[in-house]
Amino acid sequence: MIPAPFEYEAAESAAHALDLLARHGEDAKLMAGGHSLLPMMKLRLAVPAVVIDIGRVGELAGIRADGDDLVIGATTCHADVAASALVQSQTPLLAYAAAQVGDPQIRHRGTIGGSLAHADPAADLPMALVALGGVVEISGPGGTRTVGADDFFAGFFETSLEPDELLTAVRVPRCPGPDWGYQKFVRRANDWAIVGVAAAGHRIALANMGPVPVRARAAERALAEGASVADAAGLAAEGTDPAEDIHADRAYRQHLARVLTRRALEHQTG
Amino acid sequence: MQIELTVNGAPRSDDVEPRLLLVHYLRQRCGLRAANVGCDTTSCGACTVLVNGRSVKSCTMLAVQAAGQEITTAEGLAAGGEMHPVQQAFRQEHGLQCGFCTPGMVMAAAGLLAENPHPTEAEVREGLEGNFCRCTGYHNIVRAVLAAAESMSA
Amino acid sequence: MSILGTRVLRTEDPGFLTTGGVYTDDVVDDRLDGAGHVFFVRSPIAHARIRSVDVSAALEAPGVIAAFTGDDLADLPPLAPPMPDMVDGRMAQPLLARDVVRYVGEPVAVVVTEDPYQGEDAAELVDADYDPLPAVVDPADAADGSRGLLFPEAGTNVTVTFGDAAALRPDLFDGCEVVVSRTIVNQRVAPAPMETRAAAAAWGEDGRLTAWIPNQGAQDTRGALAEMLAIDSSSLRIITPDVGGAFGAKFGADPEHAVVCWVARQLRRPARWAETRNENLIGMTHGRAQRQVITIGGRRDGTVTAYRLEILQDSGAYPRFGAFLPMLTILMAPGPYAISRAEAVARSVVTNTTPVGAYRGAGRPEATAAIERAMDLFAAEIGQDPGEVRRKNLLPRFSEPHRTAFGALYDSGDYVAALDAALGAAGYSGLREEQVKRRAAGDVIQLGIGLASYVEITGAGAEAGGPRENASVEVHPDGSATILTGTSPHGQGHATVWAMLASEELGIPVDRITVKWGDTDLIPEGGGTGGSRSLQQGGVAVQQASRELLGMARERAAAVLEANPADLVFEPERSAFEVAGDPEAAVPLATLAAAERLVVRTVFIAPGATFPFGAHVAVVEVDTETGKAVLRRVVTVDDAGTVINPLLAEGQRHGGIAQGAAQAFLEEVIYDADGNPLTASFADYPFLSATEVPSFELADMATPTSYNPLGVKGIGEAGTIGATPAVQNAIIDAVAHLGVRHVDMPASPQRVWQAIQEAAAGKDA
Repeated sequence: MIPAPFEYEAAESAAHALDLLARHGEDAKLMAGGHSLLPMMKLRLAVPAVVIDIGRVGELAGIRADGDDLVIGATTCHADVAASALVQSQTPLLAYAAAQVGDPQIRHRGTIGGSLAHADPAADLPMALVALGGVVEISGPGGTRTVGADDFFAGFFETSLEPDELLTAVRVPRCPGPDWGYQKFVRRANDWAIVGVAAAGHRIALANMGPVPVRARAAERALAEGASVADAAGLAAEGTDPAEDIHADRAYRQHLARVLTRRALEHQTG
Repeated sequence: MQIELTVNGAPRSDDVEPRLLLVHYLRQRCGLRAANVGCDTTSCGACTVLVNGRSVKSCTMLAVQAAGQEITTAEGLAAGGEMHPVQQAFRQEHGLQCGFCTPGMVMAAAGLLAENPHPTEAEVREGLEGNFCRCTGYHNIVRAVLAAAESMSA
Repeated sequence: MSILGTRVLRTEDPGFLTTGGVYTDDVVDDRLDGAGHVFFVRSPIAHARIRSVDVSAALEAPGVIAAFTGDDLADLPPLAPPMPDMVDGRMAQPLLARDVVRYVGEPVAVVVTEDPYQGEDAAELVDADYDPLPAVVDPADAADGSRGLLFPEAGTNVTVTFGDAAALRPDLFDGCEVVVSRTIVNQRVAPAPMETRAAAAAWGEDGRLTAWIPNQGAQDTRGALAEMLAIDSSSLRIITPDVGGAFGAKFGADPEHAVVCWVARQLRRPARWAETRNENLIGMTHGRAQRQVITIGGRRDGTVTAYRLEILQDSGAYPRFGAFLPMLTILMAPGPYAISRAEAVARSVVTNTTPVGAYRGAGRPEATAAIERAMDLFAAEIGQDPGEVRRKNLLPRFSEPHRTAFGALYDSGDYVAALDAALGAAGYSGLREEQVKRRAAGDVIQLGIGLASYVEITGAGAEAGGPRENASVEVHPDGSATILTGTSPHGQGHATVWAMLASEELGIPVDRITVKWGDTDLIPEGGGTGGSRSLQQGGVAVQQASRELLGMARERAAAVLEANPADLVFEPERSAFEVAGDPEAAVPLATLAAAERLVVRTVFIAPGATFPFGAHVAVVEVDTETGKAVLRRVVTVDDAGTVINPLLAEGQRHGGIAQGAAQAFLEEVIYDADGNPLTASFADYPFLSATEVPSFELADMATPTSYNPLGVKGIGEAGTIGATPAVQNAIIDAVAHLGVRHVDMPASPQRVWQAIQEAAAGKDA
């Protein structure tokens, strides 16, 4: 399986990428590591006329601390996020999540920005961003804007990014310490989550429990009101509408969400 | 379009179609057929090569994305006709049967050991989660990687 | 010291490890210069009448050389099913579908392009128009015809029956104190060799076809292909490149292979094809696919007295080898047990799914899975330990062949010893103690221990007079040797082991012996590699040829040395004959070969099939909150007679165990109700990775057979036969205390969790 023909443009800077986007309009797609877009193109589910490669734009990669936040450039690959001493010490949940993506080869190419822009509801990083209450930084023809995680994911494989916009960086709060948990329920290590749960303090995000990564708000509320972890976790599936597939039906997914939420709130990883 | 890159230590310059996948570039243009295509979904790892020393699935990378990079394939791992310690260990431990996954498996293992020279058995298994083998049940592959780690640090 | 029984490293490995194997898609050959690339257009619908297939737009696409539909190939015969006398010939698969498509993935057209990338572009432009028909997906629906017929002209979806269901004895279970019956599923799985199917074809000036095809026996592939192309076998040369795994699914030839050869003839230029993984998962034959009703009865003391197996075999859309799998399942139905009354029947039906064929074990894993599940159900019903129940019912040790009620002649066996060795190696009683503790503590993670005893059949040939294989051995003037074999390795290591066998006799080092196979002009006859036959027939033939060669050489040496042949001794270290007591008077084989070609071709004929046996113990942990099972240990005893190269024999066991385990808890080909495949990529088909299995624990046991001079039986399929029920039984065992009696394979987390819920709700699970 191979992609349909396309034209290739290599962006030299973020501004150049925006120019190219403006020039080619909706026919163009951005590619960094290509690990979300290329598989779609090989299946011909994505048929862009132009691919704009931002993989060599240095200003879009890298990890730095900024006050109470960490800022991770959009084209930073998962392996670099996972291995970053800064991320490991300041926001360990994000380092852990990045280490769960795909397999080593995928983590060497796939990028944090690409994964978020792809917006697979079963994926690790969208769930992690929601749990952490992070924001994405976006550049467009009209300047820059930031969008919170809860608003960024607009639907099944859809985000609030406009076609002429570029996701430049991800900003997450520093949450050092052990008050987090992460549960990715899979049959094989390199699969997407059948159900995932990330908990950062009392913020709980669920993967694959709806068209977008969602907060377990009923459980969060119960925790805030002093409920036990077990009781709060029992509410984790409230309001969710998970799809059914070959791995799990709706009732089983909701059951898993409750079990895994309890484990995540108990700071377990797995 | 024209790309310049290094393949197994030798500089190359080629005119390629933008959609040409790196694995097909290596197989068809460079005549390096060790890397195989085993799936279409970035799942099986039979096409694994090193890009700047890191393991990558060459079916999910465009040749144009490899411009300016250093590519190493199984053919390039054996220096001066001497098999790399990972290749030697695969033979010693019978870590291959039909051989189809082998070049990708060897490259993934070499990449793993470059990042983690002393892995545990569990770390080897996790490190190879992106490489499928239908013949060996992974048993001897895992032994081979552990043996290679030992011989490389000796 | 004998080289046999030692861990000789494979001679074939350096190439695989450095430049990689030369698989069909890697073949560079003058005869293939300028080859057109074939791309198949496949049916996206499970059952439909074809209204039209329009290739005109595709013909205009860049690089397109030609495009063909079923009408273009209408003159060619369809793919004949095996044992054509037993099935309705109207159910045979055409090379390209013409009037009706019967499964998603059935080829309906081809485009041929200059560049391989252009094929996929052009294929998108082929306009095929279909009138959907009701899809028959469930084999039970197929059997009763309630959703319609795939071949109305045949009047039934039943392709073949085995035994007479009407003649089943109503009194079979009379007198039993306990009878347990259950419908179980041996699910459809994909062989999924890492190398997908491929072909390259070139017609010579002489009108002969040379075809490079990954296969399990070039001679068999030649026959199948010649039939589909309606040419004489002598016009066809098959060359077998390196083969990237086969597992039963690369025997013979598929319609696609014939189409590629036909295209090359039609276009008068070479053609080649390499399928995608998506095509492989819907186009290559699948395996297993049985629904079984098992009924077991006996006494409360643990004695099993009666067993019945009723099989509904899903053949897929066209009857291929899959339709005949029940023959082997029935033959092996009672397994290693002495059950006084047993009977088995089967029906095979067509469904709108990918055709079913052989997959590692082919019919025998299904037999073992059935009886081993039955044993556990029986043990659970009477509240006895499953190890005890097995021990009580296993046939006692025998060294003279034992004839079963189903006609199988077991050559030799010591099943109790195998079971005890496996239980001992696993530390069975300690595991049970640990299980008791966890149950008492109500742990979330529960321990499960699963057993399987098995006996299987290997080297079963269809030849009259006994299964056989040929080999040629030639010693060259430079002291090296060449072996020609009718077997066809694709990972098994024949190049090394056949060389060991000749080296043992001839004293020529292994690295100076070349083994050749898979070229039908060089080796016109051969049975290939499958059914775990190779060593016990092909390997033995190499030994026999080497010995015959030595006999011939002895006569010639005697003439050269002017001595009595009986006074000569062969010195393997010099690879030379010498006069006894006078080492100066010697002549090496190489010298004899320089004087006159020194070559022997021989055929070894076995008295019959052999019956390897063993026992597997699996240990799993099941998370009772999520239902997820994690495989912790697999301990096996696999007795396949004498072991020639332990390194390679262990490799065969490892690989089989992993595949067998994967069927128990992971793998399944799934269709929706309309016959759409839901597992058509490696993203969806859960191919086992290194993280889902532990390292395996192998215990040794070797009971030689008298059926061949080496004492060897087959080892290739032991793993898939023993491990599948052991792992399934272990998962069920882990939650048995919660009331669960059965979970169908694959025992996925959801299935296990649901079984726990149903048991808690008081439903029979």
